[in-house]
Amino acid sequence: MRHSTSISVGPRTFRIGSDWRAPLRALEAIYEDYPTPSDIPHFTVRLESDRWLRRFVRPSVSIRGDYTLPDALPVSLAHGLIAAEMAMNLQMALGERRFLLLHAATVERDGRALILTGESGSGKSTLSALLMTKGWRFLGDEFALIDPLTGLAHPFPRPISLKNAAIGVMETAYPKGKFGPLLEGTPKGDIRHLVPNARALAAMREPAKPAAILFPSFGLPKAQREVGQGEVFVRLTQASTNYTALGESGFNALTNLVTTVPAHAIDYPDTATGLKLVEQIWQGLA
Amino acid sequence: MAETRWRAPDSAVLKPVWLDDIAALYHRPSGQTHLLAEPLPQILAVLGNEMLTLSELQSALAVQHDMDGDSAALAARLAELVVSGLLVAG
Repeated sequence: MRHSTSISVGPRTFRIGSDWRAPLRALEAIYEDYPTPSDIPHFTVRLESDRWLRRFVRPSVSIRGDYTLPDALPVSLAHGLIAAEMAMNLQMALGERRFLLLHAATVERDGRALILTGESGSGKSTLSALLMTKGWRFLGDEFALIDPLTGLAHPFPRPISLKNAAIGVMETAYPKGKFGPLLEGTPKGDIRHLVPNARALAAMREPAKPAAILFPSFGLPKAQREVGQGEVFVRLTQASTNYTALGESGFNALTNLVTTVPAHAIDYPDTATGLKLVEQIWQGLA
Repeated sequence: MAETRWRAPDSAVLKPVWLDDIAALYHRPSGQTHLLAEPLPQILAVLGNEMLTLSELQSALAVQHDMDGDSAALAARLAELVVSGLLVAG
């Protein structure tokens, strides 16, 4: 690779190589407050041009690495930062074998973790970012890493990927936050990264015991219900990228989580209502 | 011809966990997870390692779980469990 850098997020270290310097410079800027990597890389990512000429003329970035999706389309070099982030997520989603991965945001208070899981647009990133500004420790907005041996949730606090309306919400709610560049017109609309605060980064290797699971749904009238264990299990198998690959270890980790941690679904029309519901449920935990 | 009998697989084959009223079973030989709702977990529990005929199983379900049902429906459920590897017929 012509250019390369290394980044550690939680328990994982990535080596990122690139045909261009610019995406790595952007990556290093939003990761500059992260601890310096000291591990041997767990995953390698490569940002490459499909053809030699594409390095210079209308340059586009193809995502390669230890694990790849054969039909992934290249993105514009202007969105190289997103390509790097997607590539790192892809390595985790397809290659992680130690932890059970749940597509979820995680925050912690008083040593206990709250796991928020849902599809894109459910509001888990925004809620977790707002909770970070209200005294919760931010563990991640993309993957909850559940250790099958201990049941603990390990942090994976990559920069929070804010999309569209969530960008303005967080710029207003957290004016002292450190934001990345505004990336307009990406396949997911406008994207701007928010760097987790110093507390989240300083404790990015400290796991927490899960205490509650939430299934948020943004944009619906206010509602709340408990979710039964069978439904939680099914929804979390769907939210996991490596449940099947982990075999019995994944089954044990997931059934242990589902049978020991209460779960609620919350519908909320706006973030203020969502935060109130989260606090109510948290206060109600035994 | 001898009447068909059924039994649950050896305990080493299946790992069951109850999730409220649903049973999650990890099937070790295939690595697959099965979710079973009533009456299937009860059928597996009643059978255990005993080889039972259809009528014996029906009686045991009625006594142990207060379950009544027609034998054709029960036979159909048993056939599905055999296909899934969750039951042994002999």
